[in-house]
Order: sequence, then C-alpha cells, then structure tokens
Amino acid sequence: MRRIISVLLENESGALSRVAGLFSARGYNIESLTVAATEDSTLSRLTMVTRGNDAVIEQILKQLNKLIDVVKVVDITEGAHLEREVILVKVQAKGSEARDEMMRLIEIFKGKIVDVTETTYTLEMTGDSAKISSFLEGLKNTKILETVRSGITGISRGKSALRA
Amino acid sequence: MLRSHNERLLNKRSGVELSGAEIVVQSLVDEGVEFVFGYPGGATLHIYDAIFKHDGINHILTRHEQGAAHAADGYTRSTGNTGVVLVTSGPGATNVVTGIATAHMDSIPMVIITGQVMTQLIGNDAFQEADIVGITRPCVKHNMLIKDVKNIASAIKKAFHIAETGRPGPVLVDIPKDITAEKTQYVYPKSVSMRSYQPRVKGNDRQIKRGLEMLLAAERPVIYTGGGAVLADAHKELTEFARYIGAPVTNTLMGLGAYPASDKQFLGMLGMHGTYEANMAMYEADLIFAVGARFDDRVTGDLTKFSPRARFVQIDIDPASISKNVKTDVPIVGDVKVVLLQCLEALKNLEKPEAERTSKWWQQIAQWRGENCLKFDSTSQFIKPQQVIKSLCEITGGDAIVTSDVGQHQMWAAQYYDFDKPRRWINSGGLGTMGFGLPAAMGAQFGNPDAQVACVTGDGSILMCIQELATCLQYKLPIKIICLNNRYLGMVRQWQEFFYEQRYSHTYMDSVPDFVALSESFGHVGMRIENPGDVDGALKEAFDLKDRLVFMDIVTDQGENVFPMIPAGAGHSEMVLRPEENLKPGELS
Ligand SMILES: Cc1ncc(C[n+]2csc(CCOP(=O)(O)OP(=O)(O)O)c2C)c(N)n1
Ligand SMILES: [Mg+2]
Repeated sequence: MRRIISVLLENESGALSRVAGLFSARGYNIESLTVAATEDSTLSRLTMVTRGNDAVIEQILKQLNKLIDVVKVVDITEGAHLEREVILVKVQAKGSEARDEMMRLIEIFKGKIVDVTETTYTLEMTGDSAKISSFLEGLKNTKILETVRSGITGISRGKSALRA
Repeated sequence: MLRSHNERLLNKRSGVELSGAEIVVQSLVDEGVEFVFGYPGGATLHIYDAIFKHDGINHILTRHEQGAAHAADGYTRSTGNTGVVLVTSGPGATNVVTGIATAHMDSIPMVIITGQVMTQLIGNDAFQEADIVGITRPCVKHNMLIKDVKNIASAIKKAFHIAETGRPGPVLVDIPKDITAEKTQYVYPKSVSMRSYQPRVKGNDRQIKRGLEMLLAAERPVIYTGGGAVLADAHKELTEFARYIGAPVTNTLMGLGAYPASDKQFLGMLGMHGTYEANMAMYEADLIFAVGARFDDRVTGDLTKFSPRARFVQIDIDPASISKNVKTDVPIVGDVKVVLLQCLEALKNLEKPEAERTSKWWQQIAQWRGENCLKFDSTSQFIKPQQVIKSLCEITGGDAIVTSDVGQHQMWAAQYYDFDKPRRWINSGGLGTMGFGLPAAMGAQFGNPDAQVACVTGDGSILMCIQELATCLQYKLPIKIICLNNRYLGMVRQWQEFFYEQRYSHTYMDSVPDFVALSESFGHVGMRIENPGDVDGALKEAFDLKDRLVFMDIVTDQGENVFPMIPAGAGHSEMVLRPEENLKPGELS
C-alpha cells in the first residue's frame, strides 16, 4: 500500500541523511521525499511516500521513531488528509494553434503559464498525484522539453496538528 | 565503585574557563568514568595533553584502536558501566568501526570520542580526514560532530544519556582539533532532557495482565530470554518470576547467565547450536514468553517452522524489536527489570499457577532431556574441546568471566560452561566478530580486578587482535587464554564438511605460530597441552599463576564438530543431534 509519512525532526545537520540512510540500510523504498523548515526554526518537516504491507509500514514507523533526531512520526494516510505536489513543465509551444491548445489545458487543470518564449511555455500545476498524472496525460501530444516535480507533501484534515 | 568516589570530584572545576580538550577530560571525570581505552594521534594531541595533566582519569593504551573498542565493550558487559573509547581522526577512527558495530549489534552502551581534522579543513580531503560520522551512522545509536567548544560538555552528557537509556548502544562524538584548543567556561550538565528521545521504561499494566493471564493459562509455556535481561540487570527478577510460574526457561547466546544454568527449570541455550530440549520445547510450546530477546535468525531457524502452535508475549524496551520477525500477540514495551517487577506485583492478584497444569509438559521435557544431546566421546586419544570447557568450568568453580571469540570454540564455551550468574559470559553474538575475545577479556579484567578472567579462543581468532598481548603485559592483566587449537577455521570448515562436500577452501591454517614462543616474546607464560590427561593439571597450574597471563595452546581433535545443530533453513524440530545423523542441506546462509 502507498503511504504518506510525515516526520518532524530536529533541524540538525545530518538528520536528513539518518532518515535516508535508514531507508537504504533496511531496504525500504522511497517514492518521494521532501523536506523543509517549519514555523519553528529548530524543526524540519519531512514528507515521504513509501510502499509496503502493514508489517513493513509498522517497522518503518517504529524505526523512524527510534532515530534520536526524530521528534514525531505519523502516517497521514491513516486518516483524512490532503496531498499536494507541484509540477513545472517546459513544453514546446510553436504556432497559435499549439499555444491555444495549451491555454485550454492549463485552464482545465487550473494551472498557470509562468514563463513564455517565442517557442516555449513553462507550465505550473499543483495537485495530488492523480491530478498530476492526468495533467501529464493531457500533455501526451505535446513535446515536453523538461519536467520537474517537487515531491509530495501532505497534511491531515481537521483540527489536529502535528507539533513537537 | 568509582562512580561514588568521583562524586567528590564532581564539578570541582565548574564555572572555570577551560580549553575544549580539558573540557573533554573533565566531562569524563564528572561523568564518573573509570577508564578510557584509547590510542593517540595528531587530532587528539590537545586531549592527550589534558589527560597528562589531569590525575583523575585512568587512560589505558591498547595496541590497536579495535582493541580499545572491544576492551571498552568487555569492561561494559562485565560491569554494566559505560565504556569509553578515545581515538584520533582518520585511520584511528576507521579502526574502531568494527568495535562500534560489535557493540551496536549487541546493544552495548559505549561512548566513543574521535578527534577530527580542524573545522576549516573538514571536507578538503585533509591529512587523516575521514567522515567518521557518516561512516558510523548505520552502526551507532547516535553520533554527532561538535562545531562549537561551548557544546562539548553538553554533547558528552547527551552521549552518555543516549548510550545508557532505552535500548543501549554506542554513541560517537567527533571533535575537530581546533575546537579542543578553544576556551570557554566549563559547566557539566547534571541531566539531559530531549523532546525527541524519551524511551519508555514502565510497561502498560493492562498488557502485562493480559500477558500473564495467557502465561498462566498455558499448558506448554516456555520463558525465552535474551541479552535484554542481562543488560537490564534483571536476573534476580527473572529467576523469581520463572520459579513462581514454574515454566521452563531457555536463554539465547546473549542471554546466558540471566537465569542460573544449574537450575532445574533451565533447558539450556536455544537456537542453531542450542540443546535438543530447548529447541523442541520452543517447537511444541503453546505460549512463548519472550523477555528481552529479539527472535534473531540464529535463534528461530526457518520462521515458517518456528513455534507453529504458540502465541507470543514479548517484553522489550525497543518497540522496533517487537513483531519484527515474529508477530507478537501481546507486546509489552518497557525496561525488562521494571516490567518483571510489575509482573511480580500483578501476579499477587492472579491465581497462583498449579504445578498440575504443566506436569505433562515437564514429562515431555524430561524425555527430550534423556537424549543427552551434549554428550561427546570422552575416550578419544585426542583432546576433546568440549572436555576442556567442562574442566575450565570445574576448575574456576563456574564463576569465571569467560570471553570468547567466534567459531566452534565459542559455541562449545556457551554449551559446556554453566553460567549461573549474569555478566560472566561475554561474546560477540550479534556481529560475530573474530578478534573480540582477548581485548574484551582485558576490559573485563580492568573492571573486575579480582575475578578470574578466561578468554576461550581459536587458532584463527586469536591472531586478529594478538597485539593486545602487549597491553596485557603493560597493565599486568592475569588473563588466561584458552586457545582451542584445531589448526582450522573450524566453524567454516564444519559448514564446508556438511554442505560443500568437504571442499575445505581456505580454512586449513597452515603455519600456525608457535604460541608458546609467541606468548613468551610478549613477556607472558605459554603452555602447550597435547594429551587429554594433561588438561586438568595444566588448567589448575595456569589459574594458580594468579599474577601472570597464561596462554594455553591446547591442541584439540581437528575433526570435531559442534552439535547439536539446526542446519540453516531448517526448523527447531529438525535438529541434527550427532555426527552420525545425516545433515540435510537447508538453504545456506
Ligand atoms: C572478523 C571475522 N572474519 C570472518 C569471520 C567468519 N568466521 C566465523 S567462525 C570462523 C573461524 C574461526 O576460526 P577459529 O578462531 O580457529 O575458531 P574455531 O571455529 O576453529 O574454533 C570464521 C573465519 C568472522 N566471524 N569474523
Ligand atoms: Mg580453529
């Protein structure tokens, strides 16, 4: 099963490599991993997407908790949650027909054109992984010059908050 | 103990301006550290100078950094006090990695201080630079690089706190040389509190009650205990608990001594080279009550055949050790000693177990015991290694501290020496590190100056840290080295005999040194024993030499193998008891 795991960790040098090292040492897979500072400058928040059966996920959560720098760990896929990823795509956009087509697609996915040249558009789109996939599906007949994805971040719905 | 003696010195220099190097030394003194095992070098010059000037610290110079780490480890395993290692950057640091990994696998608390190149040189491939924090990350409980002299004292305090609490383990503190020269006001913190690290000590009372009810209702219970019971110093509680319940007890290789071997409820060790009765009882049990044991693959054999009819209650301080290999029905997270005390308390409110309930079980066990699985040919013209260990046990009154290396001799020591007390059996169970035995014996002798310390080793293993004989001379350590010399890397040869059609690829030890001459050249006493009739007398003679190290080169039966044995990939009920029985090659690992 695909899980999104959120980790609050001490903002210390080496903390991220401990998490990454744990995954490689124990053979867990990471589909994506994002990390950045939080409103509390002593803490970083890390989000990772992984896959495994229940026993593997249980071990992943326990092993993460065991790391000294880790303050809190939650599997946000256990409850209602939001997930978001940003994708930036540089595409070929030559001629008015192609350019109009691109505008329509962006409209449908509520994305943005964030950079323009005579021959290219750079598109930005935010969404969960399903939406990103269908957006990319929509670009099937377009020549993609470059894509970059931020990796997935997520947060639980409702009042409860992940804090130290 | 020195800890209390050091109370007097505690924080004597608090508030005084000290250099980073002096802070390192003073912090160790204020922590109550008795011994530092180490080896100097460029990056630790300031620290060694501070040691020179301080009279409150006892530094032991080993002959190899690996020896320092194993010595600290042996000191810890035999005393319960955290061992401290001090080495220089680069090669000094990489040389301790095996020792750190050894301690890590067996959950031994240790604090390792490594010198590092100057801060401004880090990352420049400077002379003797190694990213030791990166290198050791997977084999320490935690590690840190100090970037400010103001943080040294608190980092050292934190290192001890992390190493000793929760599931113990090694913690490494890497200190750049320039930081040991800078000065700041010294204050050693009295305590640490960390929001990210709060190990659980007390067990959940409801879970405890559930687990006990299952144990009391079981008809074929087994209490299976591991290194956790030794580390938690829970032997008294465990013995009281097991006797009250009346269930059979088996110990892992790491757990020997936590329950008295001579007790009638004891089944012996379990696992690959465990006893028939212990493994059969595990196989037939309806309830396994695990105490500080982690269901290691050398214990369980093939998991699909492991205790097929049992339910599991598991006490462990490390939540990640629970349900890792075997799904636990009742997990109890907490310190083994604290939880066992809670169990003893909770039992007062539960009905006392009737002996009746398990009487059939005990009859069955008596039958298994009747197999006499540890018997061996005692009429041979060659010295039987098993007999050597039995004699060693007798001559030392079963009360020696026995360290071992890795191989057949290790298994024979575990099988034939009856450990009635904890912290007497010291071996590298998890990592299986050849070279551990001698330096570990040094640490044990430092920690227990009046104890008889024996290192049971092999002709292969002893050479891996043989240089420590020089340390033994310098500090006059009267260790007795019992080298079961079979001219083979015996344990590997055994596998080649059984599973590789006797193709002895690189396991015959050609050119084994003259150990007697070698020991004498190091200033010790050497003995060579070749006849079965001479073993007892030689052992007595050696142990009578109270102030000398004696190297006993005991020439044993070359072809002897360790039995019983569960071939890898087989289950507990598929033990091979004797050499005559055919070994079915399982999946090799
Ligand atoms: C550092 C290290 N290298 C290799 C091994 C693999 N190994 C396990 S037992 C063994 C043979 C040990 O020989 P010896 O010390 O003579 O003991 P014996 O089995 O003959 O009693 C070897 C090579 C190991 N455990 N540790
Ligand atoms: Mg040998």
